[in-house]
This record gives sequence, C-alpha cells and structure tokens, in this order.
Amino acid sequence: MPTEIRMPQLGESVHEGTLGKWLKRPGEAVAKYEPLVEVITDKVNVEMPSPFAGVLTEVLVQEGQTVTTGTVIALIEEAPAAPRAAAAGAPGTAGPPHPAGPASREQGPPAPSSPDGERTGAPAPAREREPAARLSPLVRRLAEEHRIPFDELVSIQGTGASGRITKDDVLRYIERRGAAPAAPPAAPGAAVAPGEAPARAPGDRLEPLTAMRRTIADRMARSAREIPHAYGAIEVDMTRLVRHREAHKDAWRAQEGVNVSITAFIVRAATRALRAFPVVNATFTPEGIVVRHAIHLGIGVALPDGLIVPVVKDADRRSVVGLAREIEAVVARARQGKLTLDDVSGGTFTLTNPGVFGSVLSVPIINYPQAAILAADAIVRRPVVLGEGIAIREIMHLGLAFDHRVFDGALAIQFLAHIKRQLEEFTPVGDSPEF
Amino acid sequence: MAEKRFIDAIHDALHEEMARDERVIVLGEDVGRKGGVFGVTEGLYEQFGEARVLDTPLAESMIIGVSIGMAVGGLIPVPEIQFADFIHPAFDQIVSEAARLRYRSCNDFGCPMTIRVPFGGGVHGALYHSQSIEAFYAHVPGLKVVVPYTPADAKGLLKSAIRDPDPVLYLEHKKMYRMVRGEVPAAGDHTVPIGPAVVRRTGRDLSIFAYGLMVHEALQAATVLSAEGIEADVVDVRTLRPLDTQTILGSVQRTSRALIVHEDNRFGGFGAEIAATIAEEGFRYLDAPPTRLCGPDVPAVPFSPPLEDWFMVDAEKIAAAARRLVAY
Repeated sequence: MPTEIRMPQLGESVHEGTLGKWLKRPGEAVAKYEPLVEVITDKVNVEMPSPFAGVLTEVLVQEGQTVTTGTVIALIEEAPAAPRAAAAGAPGTAGPPHPAGPASREQGPPAPSSPDGERTGAPAPAREREPAARLSPLVRRLAEEHRIPFDELVSIQGTGASGRITKDDVLRYIERRGAAPAAPPAAPGAAVAPGEAPARAPGDRLEPLTAMRRTIADRMARSAREIPHAYGAIEVDMTRLVRHREAHKDAWRAQEGVNVSITAFIVRAATRALRAFPVVNATFTPEGIVVRHAIHLGIGVALPDGLIVPVVKDADRRSVVGLAREIEAVVARARQGKLTLDDVSGGTFTLTNPGVFGSVLSVPIINYPQAAILAADAIVRRPVVLGEGIAIREIMHLGLAFDHRVFDGALAIQFLAHIKRQLEEFTPVGDSPEF
Repeated sequence: MAEKRFIDAIHDALHEEMARDERVIVLGEDVGRKGGVFGVTEGLYEQFGEARVLDTPLAESMIIGVSIGMAVGGLIPVPEIQFADFIHPAFDQIVSEAARLRYRSCNDFGCPMTIRVPFGGGVHGALYHSQSIEAFYAHVPGLKVVVPYTPADAKGLLKSAIRDPDPVLYLEHKKMYRMVRGEVPAAGDHTVPIGPAVVRRTGRDLSIFAYGLMVHEALQAATVLSAEGIEADVVDVRTLRPLDTQTILGSVQRTSRALIVHEDNRFGGFGAEIAATIAEEGFRYLDAPPTRLCGPDVPAVPFSPPLEDWFMVDAEKIAAAARRLVAY
C-alpha cells in the first residue's frame, strides 16, 4: 500500500514551503535518497530526497503550490524488497493492500453526525492542524490582500471558538497596524494582491510570479512595511586599496587560487565596524533589541530570475583571502542553484553590491529582520580636492539603510566612517591582501 | 395600499386573474361550493360559475392530469391540492408530464398551470396535514417553485405564476393565512416576478436565508439578536427554482456567515442547495461554515403539541443558531 510523503520541516521557523519542480513523475521508480521534488523556502531551493525506494504513485500537490509542513504531497508505493517499520504508515491509510492506491488518501475520521437538525458549526477538518492554522477562506484572503505573512497572521489573537482567528480579528488587526492599504497600485517590490490586478492595456502581458519572485516580493514588502528605513551615505577614497590590489591581484590568484575581490576587503572592514558598533548587527523585537553575537554576513547575488542572499558564517573570523574564497564559493553555488538551506539562513547583516552594475547611489531595502544593510556602489575615478590641489582618485559611495527603531543617524554615520577610515588608511601587511 | 391578510391576498389574485382572463379555471377538492377548506376560494364559484370553478373528486393524480389536459387545450388551470401531504399521488403527473411537456414536445406544447399547495406545520395538523414538500419538486427541471412570505408577494407571485407559460408550484404556508398581514398595493395590476429573492433586513454579522413562514420567524429572531448587538441580513428567498444565487452570494459577501433555515427536515432538504451554492461560489467570502437549521430528521410532524413545538423551527431556535454561528 502506498505511503504518504509529507512536506518536511525545513527549519524551526519554517511553517510552509512551495513545491518547485517534481523530479519524478507518477509511475516512475525512485531510489532511496534520490531527489524527488524541489522545495522552495526562505529563498532557497532544496531537493527533497525520497525516504525509501519505491514507485511514485501519485502527486498530490502541484508545482508552485504552497503548503504547510506535514501536508501529504505524494504517495509512494514502497518497493516490496524493503520492509519497514509499521510506524511510517500514516494514520488513516490503513486498509487492505490494493494496487493503485490513490483511493486511500486523506481518510480522516468520519465527520460526527447527529440526528437532529441543530448541529453546531462545521465538522472538524479531517486532517490534523495546529489550532492557529485553522483559517477560514475569508481570513486567508484578507491576509493575502493586506500582505500579512503566514507567521504574522497566526500570531493574531483569535476570539472565535477555540481561539480561531475570525474575520473581525483580522480587520481589527489591520486597523491597528494602520499601514498597508488594501490594494495599493502596483508599487514596485510590493507583493501582488491576487484578484485586484490593475487593468491591462492591449499588448500588456501577465508574467506569472515564479516562486523566487513571490518570495522576494513578500520579503521586500514586509521589510518596507514594518521597518522604518533611514539612510546615510559617505564617500570613500579607495585609491590606496585599489592600487595595492591592482599591483598584487595576479600574484594572489597564483598563490591562493582565488580572485581577491574588492568585496572581500569591504566585508573585512565591515565586520570590524560591526564589532565596534554591535547594535548595527541586531534585530528589533517588541521585547527589545536582540544584539547578535555572531556576525553572519549575507551578500546579495543577482541571478537571471531574481536575487539570493547567501550567508558567510562568522565572517569576522576570516581573513581577506578566507573571505574571498568563501564568497566565491557561495556565489558559485548560488549561480548553480545549489545552495543549501544552511547557506542562506542565519544572516545577521547584509552587504549589497550594486556597484558591480555601475550604480553610484543606491537606496536598498533592509533584509528583514536585520537592522541594517550596507550598499557598496561603483568605484569611479573622480577629480578630488586634496590639500590645495586637485587629484584623480578612486571614489566609492558607501550607503547604509538602517532600522531607525534600533539606532539613529549619528551612529549610522559613525559606523560608515569606521569602514571609510579602514579602507582609506589601508595599510597592508607586506604584499598580502590582509590589513 | 391596503392591509391584507395572507389569505386575502391569494384570494384577490385568483379573483383578479379570473376576471381578467376567462381561460383561468380553478379546480380542486371543495374549492367550489364550500369555497375551499381554508376559505381561499370563497365567492369564486358564485361569481364565475361551475364551469370555471370545479369541485373535483378526491383524487390528486386526476386533478393534475385533468389540468394538464386543460393547459394543452388552451385553458389556464389553477388546481388546488388541499394539503401538500396529499400531493404525492400526483407526483408522476407533475414530474413526468407537466414539467417535461415543453421539453418532450420540442417546444410545441407548454403547460401553463399553477398548482396551489397549502403546506407546513405548526397548526396541530399532525402527520397528514403538516408536511413540507418543496425539496421533491425544486429538484425537477421544468418546474418553477415559489414560496411567498408577504401578502404583497402572495398576490404578486400568484399572478405572475398564472401568467407564466410553464407549470409553477405555488406553496402557501397555511399557518400564515390569518396570521401574517401586510400592505398590498390596491391600485393597478400588482405582480412580483418569479426569480428574484429579496433582502428583508440588512445586517453585517450573518445572513439568514429563509422562505415562507421561516422568514417571519427569522425576522423576529433578527429583532432579538439586534438587541444583543448581532445584526442579521435576512434574505427572503421566495423563489426556490429558479434560485436567485446572485442575491444570496451578495448577502454572504456582506456578512461572511450563512445560516439557512427551513421547516422541512434537514437531510437532502432545499437548504443543502443554498449551502452548496455558497460553498462552491462564495468560498472566498466565508468566515464560517455555511450552516443549516432545519426540522429534525423524523418521519413526520408529531401530533403531540410539545413534540410539534420540538419539531418546528421558530425565532428562538434561529436566534440560538445565529449566536453559535457568530461565535464560530
């Protein structure tokens, strides 16, 4: 008899996932640990391996659908050679063995019946769910229209039977929250409210949201909605660093086998500044500001169909060469779509690098729920007043978008100045990239 | 405008239609000399004569069969089934013949017939004089089913039914005959179209869907609920087939909660059709499951008064169900 394959729990705060591509079709044999389906959560694609060998008999959740963890997504008829413990058989599927199998899915307990005409409410949902996730169609729709993410939605105090979140609870919450109008006109980066699409002119076409696009949209909208962003920018004279790097980068590549990028130097300087200003490496919560001890630094990587932020763990403990190597590795994995969930989770601070595309003044959105994001713009040769003369220098804008609830402008600019000083007064250890 | 009793409104419609069109024929058990067991047809025999007001034998299948023949022959029969409980011998004539005649004859024959049927309990009528039968007939394509609540609708819907080119089952709750009063437009030719439902009271907290006597009870319940801060939208469905799904869904869109009330027992009752329509087409509006409040699934309305009270859906039971639904 077929065994139910459920959506795995992919992280402790992960409540749901979106199915990417099914790598097996119904009827195909699948080996133990062979990738079965792509699961997209939190900006990463994970290939879910089959827990055992067998034949995929039925796919119950289609590509692009988002389901909560524990949802049955497929049925696999186990290979007869591999007997397993009975515990794996999910409740509700017990029954005589039959060849095709799909008929046995989703057999919950029978709905209670009562002889009189006054049954209260509805039968309980057949499948087990945490109480908070018992959401009516209307509540789900309101949450979508008002861009309330799932975990935020279920945190609303419900006043219905057994604490159910009612329509009125959501409407009250929206009213209290104040922001986020019901259907703002297609703001850039805002998640799209289904059903309220703006009118399309002839020749326009609807590009359906990819899973990545939707994730980016949700997260950017949430950050822009919840975090009061403030900005600061500072000019950095990169001439000394650029000259040193130009003089030695080929040698470094030969010695270390890696391109020591400008990014690696900026990250090195930024991690020192984060140590000097710990509150920049933080997260705002209603209980207080959580100042992160570890410095896990995310780096935005542009992909053909979106953006992903791999994280360099313990970035402050790495040398410039070590950072260069790690950055190169995660960026390569990102471009190949081979990031693991670990690669993209746990970031405490983010660097975005719009300068590589030529931007000279960027105003980024914070990578929620972090406190700040650093933007490194293009290094441009400019005439600069130096003493009483004018010189041609390598100038870069360094910008910071920060959560004004966590700290204020004075500290933001001190933080930027700390990085500026390190980069301008760049003093390498001999011919090495370390400073 | 003039205040009329429910029974007077039906009588007036019959009288006016017979006076307007001599093809209109009234027939049934005791509808002539006696004027009907409830008095609905009083005076018609005297005014229009025995050729147009016919006392028939006690044989419902024949009453409908003869009516079908009249309709095909160019008359406009308005047969009365004395009690809905006794309509079942005519089921075959209504379903297999009258309702299908236009379809079966490729539109060559229609069956302009209005079957008046007193129905419903709460009148100490016991097993043979209390039944609700709408679910059987609303199921049948080719048949229209109306259940008026106000005297104005009773008159207007009956006139529309008599003028309809196809068979209409006109259900009149007999408890309402002398209990329900209301304004009926006195002047002119007052008709109410078959099809549209009407919102009798607006509210934001839940929708109550009902027809016939249950609208009366639902409105009373709504008054009680309003004092508690629960505002009910009360929709008088009044035409069961064709069903006005637009008004029903519009109400659910306002309130997000649906309570469907009927006196007929619940299993396979007409409320299931309303509930299913809401679930299928109004899913996105729902904040609670579409819920039915109906008569209990027992074979018939009991004779014992306390048991009859237990059977009947009333304002108190509707209010209690509404409170549960709002608390969901």
